[in-house]
Amino acid sequence: MSTFVWLTVMTALRVLQRNRLRAGLTMLGIIIGVGAVIAMVSIGEGAKLAVQKQIASMGANGILIWPNYSMIGGVRGGQGAVVTLTVADAIDLKKKIPLLAEAGWSRSGSMQVMSGGRNWSTTVIGASPSVLTIRAWAYSSGGPFTQTDMDTAARVALIGQTVVENLFDPGEEPVGAIIRLKNVPIRVIGVLSPKGQSPSGSDQDDVVMIPFSTAERKVLGTSFLGSVGGVFASTDRAEDVFEAVEQIREVLRSRHRLQGDRPDDFIIRTQIDVAKVQEGTSETLTGMLLAIASVSLLVGGIGIMNILLVSVTERTREIGIRMAVGAKRFHIMMQFLIEAMTLSMVGGGIGVLFGVTAARLTSIIAGWPIVISGETILTAFGFSLVVGLFFGLYPANKAARLNPIEALRYE
Amino acid sequence: MSPLIVCEDLWKVYRVGDVDVQALRGLSVTINEGEFVAIMGTSGSGKSTLMNILGCLDQPSKGRYQLGGVEVKGLQPDQLAEIRNRKIGFVFQSFNLIPRTSALENAQLPLLYRGLPLKEQRVLASAALERVGLKGREHHTPTQLSGGQQQRVAIARALVTSPSLLLADEPTGNLDTASSLEIMEILEGLNRDGITVILVTHEVDIAAHAAREIVIKDGQVLSDRPIHHRAYS
Repeated sequence: MSTFVWLTVMTALRVLQRNRLRAGLTMLGIIIGVGAVIAMVSIGEGAKLAVQKQIASMGANGILIWPNYSMIGGVRGGQGAVVTLTVADAIDLKKKIPLLAEAGWSRSGSMQVMSGGRNWSTTVIGASPSVLTIRAWAYSSGGPFTQTDMDTAARVALIGQTVVENLFDPGEEPVGAIIRLKNVPIRVIGVLSPKGQSPSGSDQDDVVMIPFSTAERKVLGTSFLGSVGGVFASTDRAEDVFEAVEQIREVLRSRHRLQGDRPDDFIIRTQIDVAKVQEGTSETLTGMLLAIASVSLLVGGIGIMNILLVSVTERTREIGIRMAVGAKRFHIMMQFLIEAMTLSMVGGGIGVLFGVTAARLTSIIAGWPIVISGETILTAFGFSLVVGLFFGLYPANKAARLNPIEALRYE
Repeated sequence: MSPLIVCEDLWKVYRVGDVDVQALRGLSVTINEGEFVAIMGTSGSGKSTLMNILGCLDQPSKGRYQLGGVEVKGLQPDQLAEIRNRKIGFVFQSFNLIPRTSALENAQLPLLYRGLPLKEQRVLASAALERVGLKGREHHTPTQLSGGQQQRVAIARALVTSPSLLLADEPTGNLDTASSLEIMEILEGLNRDGITVILVTHEVDIAAHAAREIVIKDGQVLSDRPIHHRAYS
């Protein structure tokens, strides 16, 4: 049995080799189909991974609260026009909602930062120490500022990678250096690990982080003490996020005395909301490409069926000879099925190479992240095998049902 | 000598369009083990139909056919294939070798369907080729061989399974006189070794190599007689 299969595979390969051009053209559909599947899944997975990385960079289980417009006597102010979110709100949220692991607050502003003879326009964020925890910042050198720094409005800063590159020479150690914000000298105590782009496309590494109190009193200034640009909160477990959002809404509405159907004067966003939008987009794209690949595989399969039907007719006499010397229907069937599967496997193999190359090229040329997994390759290859098997069945069956006498007499 | 082939009242009716064609009309014949029989007849006499039935390629419409004590009528296509593989060797007028395939692989073919290990297939096929005088030409393809050599590959393929019956349908029909004699010599040798040989021909001098001559006409046996003055090659 195994000898039979082995020898039949060898015969099939020889037949393919003899009709190289014909086999190549037949396999084209499979090659394109498999190649497309691999290329697009690699690109799709790469995009998904990038989104996941971005989300992780925002801190998992994170909840963001921004001030919204408020309505005063029918007049709607712009977003943030009126102070609607304060430090007291954040502290109260943490106190009243046990689900929240952390609650922090921040304010930011755009500002020129100077060091030595250089200067750079960047975003200065004044944050409570808990924000560092919630947003899961890591440090490539130095470390975070503390509650003590916060209480004393210490002149310390954490700077992002982009700021380091623009203010310091390569190899120069930023930790311990003094930078100036609005002529306020501030000591760098840590460099933040790179996070890359945010889901909205801004550079998360172009940042100077200082304690909230320092920002409020010495750097950014404020028109209303305690007003914040945003509140950050987080839960310990991802499944608690939605419950926490509801409780936050209740607490804030009651604190802001919003009754009945008056709209919220704040906006709550979770990382999960952001993730959903991103994943939805990449899934739509993947689905569309999958449809194209399926059509291509289908066409490839029909090509295989077509060429096998030609082959069965061409080799009718050979089939007759094989039957005369004792080939059973099973043997004839297997011969053509193996031929079909050899076609689709060789096509699938070339398709794999083609797809991997296409994915690599995309990543090089367009700079998209890609993930080429063995699982994807195996699945695509398996699909080509199934296509060969499925579309080989009809011709193989046709061959196996030939009448030996008529087949022998066939000219 | 025990009978190898027993045919009783064989009928074969084909339907061609609206007409029934009776190719065999109640033919009966018995052939013993070890015989060398020539079947003769004009085209349309029914001899090809008889060969197809004897070779288990076709089934009679009516009547009994026993091969080696086994009733063939009513067997399924796969069971017929099994009998062809185990008991029968075919030699055709047009050689019927598989193109672009070496002599050795052609001779191996029946063993492939018997599921023998490759090594054993090679050994048996080489021995069969040697027996028909083709040692050293195992790797030639049909187009690299002369007609006589091709027919000898076909004979090697027929005897590689050590069949009890060898059916030769006009084996010399496409060959020159010298090659024909070589082929007949091989068939005689095989018959001497105990293989029953049935030869279909319309050439009297080829039939003369057999020991018994059966003439078919209109689907029935016209004459059945031993040949006394055999030609030996």
